[in-house]
Amino acid sequence: MKLMTKHIPQHILYLNGVSKTFDGFKAINDLSFTVKPGELRAIIGPNGAGKTTMMDIITGKLKPDVGDVFFRDMVDLTKHDEADIANMGIGRKFQKPTVIESLTVFENLELALTGNRGVFKALFHKLDAEQYRRIDEVIKRVGLAEKRDWLGGNLSHGQKQWLEIGMLLNQEPDLLLVDEPAAGMTDHETELTAKLLKEIAGERSVVVVEHDMEFIKALACPVTVLHEGHVLAEGTLEQVQANEQVIEVYLGR
Amino acid sequence: MTSQSRLAWLMNDVAGRRLMALILAVIIILPVLNLWVPKDSFFHVSSYTIGLLGKYLCYALLALAVDLIWGYCGILSLGHGAFFALGGYAMGMYMMRQIGDRGVYGNPLLPDFMVFLNWQELPWYWYGFDNFFFAMVMVALAPGILAFVFGWLAFRSRVTGVYLSIITQAMTYALMLAFFRNDMGFGGNNGLTDFKDLLGFSLQKDTTKVALFVCSGVALILGYLLCRYVVSSKLGRVLVSIRDAESRTRFIGYRVEHYKLFVFVLSAMLAGVAGALYVPQVGIINPGEFSPINSIEIIIWVAVGGRGFLYGAIIGAVLVNYGKTFFTGAFPEIWLFMLGGLFVVSTLFLPQGVVGIVQQWKDKRAEKKALQAGASGEVAS
Amino acid sequence: MIKQYWGVLLVLFSCLLSGLYASPAWAEDAEAGASLESLLSELTSSSFNKKAKAVEAIAALDDERVLPVLEAMLAGDLFYRKSDDKIVFTASAESGYQITDALTAEDLGAVGKREVKKISTNNRLRKQLRTQIAGYKLLSKKAEIRLAAADDLIKTPSPEFLEVLQGAIKKEKDNSVLKALKVARAVILLQSDNEVDRIQAVKDMDGFANKHTMAMLTALVQQNEDGSYVESSELVREEATSVLKGLKAMETWYKFVEDLFFGFSLGSVLLLAAVGLAITFGVMGVINMAHGEMIMLGAYTTYVIQLIMPNQIGASLIVAVPAAFLVSGLMGVIIERTVIRHLYGRPLETLLATFGISLILQQLVRSVFSPLNRSVITPDWMSGSWELNGFLSLTYNRLYIIIFALMVLFGLMLLLKKSFFGLQMRAVTQNRSMASSMGIRTGWVDAMTFGLGSGIAGIAGVALSQLTNVGPNLGQSYIIDSFLVVVFGGVGNLWGTFVAAMGLGIANKFVEPMAGAVLAKILILVFIILFIQRRPRGLFAIKGRFVEG
Repeated sequence: MKLMTKHIPQHILYLNGVSKTFDGFKAINDLSFTVKPGELRAIIGPNGAGKTTMMDIITGKLKPDVGDVFFRDMVDLTKHDEADIANMGIGRKFQKPTVIESLTVFENLELALTGNRGVFKALFHKLDAEQYRRIDEVIKRVGLAEKRDWLGGNLSHGQKQWLEIGMLLNQEPDLLLVDEPAAGMTDHETELTAKLLKEIAGERSVVVVEHDMEFIKALACPVTVLHEGHVLAEGTLEQVQANEQVIEVYLGR
Repeated sequence: MTSQSRLAWLMNDVAGRRLMALILAVIIILPVLNLWVPKDSFFHVSSYTIGLLGKYLCYALLALAVDLIWGYCGILSLGHGAFFALGGYAMGMYMMRQIGDRGVYGNPLLPDFMVFLNWQELPWYWYGFDNFFFAMVMVALAPGILAFVFGWLAFRSRVTGVYLSIITQAMTYALMLAFFRNDMGFGGNNGLTDFKDLLGFSLQKDTTKVALFVCSGVALILGYLLCRYVVSSKLGRVLVSIRDAESRTRFIGYRVEHYKLFVFVLSAMLAGVAGALYVPQVGIINPGEFSPINSIEIIIWVAVGGRGFLYGAIIGAVLVNYGKTFFTGAFPEIWLFMLGGLFVVSTLFLPQGVVGIVQQWKDKRAEKKALQAGASGEVAS
Repeated sequence: MIKQYWGVLLVLFSCLLSGLYASPAWAEDAEAGASLESLLSELTSSSFNKKAKAVEAIAALDDERVLPVLEAMLAGDLFYRKSDDKIVFTASAESGYQITDALTAEDLGAVGKREVKKISTNNRLRKQLRTQIAGYKLLSKKAEIRLAAADDLIKTPSPEFLEVLQGAIKKEKDNSVLKALKVARAVILLQSDNEVDRIQAVKDMDGFANKHTMAMLTALVQQNEDGSYVESSELVREEATSVLKGLKAMETWYKFVEDLFFGFSLGSVLLLAAVGLAITFGVMGVINMAHGEMIMLGAYTTYVIQLIMPNQIGASLIVAVPAAFLVSGLMGVIIERTVIRHLYGRPLETLLATFGISLILQQLVRSVFSPLNRSVITPDWMSGSWELNGFLSLTYNRLYIIIFALMVLFGLMLLLKKSFFGLQMRAVTQNRSMASSMGIRTGWVDAMTFGLGSGIAGIAGVALSQLTNVGPNLGQSYIIDSFLVVVFGGVGNLWGTFVAAMGLGIANKFVEPMAGAVLAKILILVFIILFIQRRPRGLFAIKGRFVEG
C-alpha cells in the first residue's frame, strides 16, 4: 500500500537546527531531534515551550525560518503542505479533540481510511467489504463499537479523543503525532489510552506530547524535554526528572 | 446510516422525495389547468400564475446551488447572484441574436443597442451565440469559468469565512459596475431585452410560457437529484468535514481547496442554469441582477428554509419569494421591514430554518412515542 | 469649545480670507479724519469736475477708509442722506436701504428710498475711479492687497494702468508682489509695438503660475490661417516658447499636486467610512453590514440639525458632529445588546443579521424622511477654495475632510492607547475570561466598543453629507469599500486602515484619467480582490501564533 515500505529508514523523523520566529518571539530555537522507526517517544515541556509549533512545522502547517525537517531520511517536509504530508504517512491528533461533529463515528473513520483522496474518486466512492472490516476493526480497537452510529458531536470528551486516535490509525501512518491525548480523561480512560498507544508503537512510530506525568510514566518510553523551543534534556523519565535544569525550568529557581 | 444499496442516497431522503413528487405534480397539473381548462372555469390557472411560479422554480434552483456550498461546505458566497446573472446574460445573448432583423433598426447582425452606439461589427464574444447549443453550453460554462478562476485563487490562498464572503461580494459589485458600462457590449444600463422568441417559439405564447415553466421544474428536480447525490457521496462527507473542521480534514490528507473548488464551480453552474431559465420568463436581464443585495437575498431564502437541507433551500426560496410578491403588492412599505426582520429572526431563533423546526418537532414526538412504547432504541439521524 | 473641533487651521484660513476686508480698525487720526470728512462732503456736488477733483484728493489720503469709499462709489453704492448730507454706504433692504456711515462705519438703520440720494458717476469718473483704486491698492501697505490688485490687473489688462504699475514696481520691496506686478505690466506691454518691450514682457512672465498669462503666451506662438505667425518677431516667439515650456512643466507639477490632494481627500472619505468599521470589525471581529446605515444615520442627523437651526447653518455642522455620534452610537449599542451579543463567535450569522438590520434602517429612513434625497446645506466656511497660485487651488470642503478624517483617526488612536476605556477594551478583546475575572464588565465594554465604532460611523456621515446626496442608500455605497479598506489594511490595525484608505484613494485618482471613473473603480476592486487572495491578512498583518482552525 505504501510506496516506500521496502526501504527501512534510519530515522522516521529527523529535525536539525530548526528555528521559527513570530514577531521577534522565538517559538522554536535551533531544535534538533530524531525519532526511529517503531519508536514511542514522549515530549514534555512547560507552556510556550514550542510543542505545538513543532507539530505545526512537521505537519506542514508552518514553514520553519531555517533548519531541516526530513521524513524517512529522504523527504523534505518543508517542501510539502498538510495534505501531502498526511498522505505520506504522518498523522496528527490535535490538542483539542477535533472530530467531524455532524458525521457519525463510522463516517469519521471512513473519511480517514487510507486511499485515494481525489475529488472525483470521492464522488463515486463505494466501500468494499475489506474496508468495512477494517473500519469495524478500528472501531473495536478504540472501544467505540457501541457508538458506531453516533454523531461525533454527541461523544464525550474522552471518546472524541479515542475516535481521533482511531482516525489516525485508519490513515495507516508511519508516524503518529499525538498532542495531549489524556487531557480531560478519567484515570481509567488515561490508562486505556496509554495501553492503546503502546500497542500502536512498534508497528508505527508515535510521538506523544503530554503534561500528565502519570500518563508518561504509564507509557514507559524515552522522554524529550522542550524548553523555549529547544531540547533541554533527553532520557528516561527518571533521568530527566533528576536533571537539574529540568527541575529549575519546572519548579522555578 | 450507511446503507449499501445503489440508490441509498435517494431512498434515505424521504422528505426530498416527497417534495420532488410535489414539484412533479405541479409541473404536470398546472400546465393542463392553464392550457386546456377554459378561462372562466374555477380550475383555470392564469398565465400570470404560471409565470410567477416559473420564477420561483428558478429561484429555488438558485437557492439549491447556494445551499450546496453554504449548507454543506460552509462557503458563504455573497456573489452567487453574479453566476445567476451570467447564465442569464448567456441566454439573453442567444435571444438577442434570435431577434435578427426584427429589431427597431432592422440590422440583421447587430442587436439594437449596438446599432444605437454606432458599432460597426459584432464583438468577438458575441460570436456563436446565434447557435442554441453553444449558448446553452455557455450558460453553464461562463459562470463555471468565473467560479473556477475566482475559487482557484481564493481557496488556494486559504481565504475563508467572512473574508471570502466579502470578496465574493466585491466580485459581484465589480461585475455590476462593469456591466453598467455601455462599452462592455452587454447593453449597459438597460441590459438585454425585447426578446422575441426562443428556438423559434414566440415568448408571447402561453404554450411557450408553460414549456419554460415545465423546463424550470425539470431543471430543479434534476438539480436536486444531482445535489443530493453529491452530498450523499463520500465527497459530500468530505465537504461536511471541511465545513466542521477544515484543518482536521487537511491533516487527514484531503486537499481541501480541490474539494471546495469542485463544489463551488458546480454550484456556480447550477446558478447559471437557473439564470438562463429565469431570463426568458421575465423577458429582461440587466446589470441590476449583479447587485450585492440580490446575492444576499438568496442567502436568506436558504436560511429561512433550512441551511444544510437541500429541500429546505427550495422551500425557503418559494416561501420568501411568495412573501415578497404578496407584501410588495399589498403593503410595499412593510416588505423591507419584514425582509430585514427575517434576517434577524432566522439567524437568532431559527438556526436551521423552517425545516429544522419541523424536524425538531418530529424528533420530540418520536421521542415521546418511544418513551410511551417503552422502547429504548436510539434516535439515529 | 465647538470651534476646537475644526482646530487652529480654521482660524488660520479665516485670517487669510478676511485679509482684504478685515474688520476695520479705524485709525483715530483726527486731522486725516477731518480732511476726509471735508473731501467727502464735496462728493455731494452735482458737478462731475468737482467730484473728480475730490476723488483725486481722497485717493491721495493715507487712510484705511479711502478704499471702501472709492469702491462703493464705483459700484454705485455710495449715497448721501438728504437730511444732513452724511455720506453713507447702502445695501438693499426690504423697502429701501440699510445704510452705514462711510466715516465711522456706524450702523444708521434702514431708510426709505427717498431719504437718500446716490452719488452719481459718469464714464470718465468711473474710469478715473478704477485707475485710482488700482493705484491705491498697488500702493497699499498690505502685501495681500497689492497682490490681489496685481492679479486683477493681470486678468483685465488695460494700458491706462501702465503708469501706475511702473510707479508701484519701483517702490515694491516684496518679491512675490514684485513678480506679480511685473507680470501685470508685461500683460500690458505684450501689446506694445516695441520688440524689446515685448521680449522683456515675455521674460517677466517666466515662472509665474497663471492660466491667463499662459494662454497669452500660447496664443503668441500660434500661426494664423495663412501660415504667418501671430507674433511677427522671431525673437519674441523663441523667448515665448522657452518660457512656455517652463510654465508647462510647472503646470504639470501642480496638476500632480492637485491630483495628490484629490487622492488624499478621497482617501479621507474612505478612511472616515472605514475607521468605525476598523473598531467593530477589526477590534471586535463583528461583521456589521449595517455599518453603512450608521453613516447614513449620521448624515440624516446633520439634516435634522439643520432643520432645527436654519439660521445658524455655519454652526449646524459643528453641532451635528456630537449629535451624530450620539445617534449612531446609541443605535449601535441597541443593536449590540439586542442582536449581536447573541451571535459572538458566529461571524457568518452576524453578517446576515446585521444585513437584515441595515434593510430595516433603510426602510425606516425611507418611511420617515421619504425615499428622495434630502439636501444638506454647505455652510459658507466650507465652500470656495484656497487659491495657492494660478495653477493650484484646493477646495475647502476637501481640505476640511482631510483634516477632519485625520483628527478622528488620531483621536481614536489616543482613545484606544491612552484612556482607561481603551485599556478595558483591549483587555476584553485579547482575553475575555481573564478580563472578566479581573472585574471588567465585558458585556458593557462590548456594547460601548460597538457604540464607539458606530458613533464614529455617524461622524463620518456628517462629513459625507457635505460631499454626496443624503438618501436612504447613502450607506450602501460605502459598505463594500469600507470592508475592503479594513481587510486590505490588515484587520485590527488602525495604521493599516489609514495607509489602505489613502493608498486606495490616491490610486483611484491616478488610475481614473487613464481608464475612466468606473473602470478605475473596477480595477481597484479587482486589485484588492487579488491582493486579499494573496495576503488574506492584509497589508499589516498581525503576526503570531494563529489559533487553531
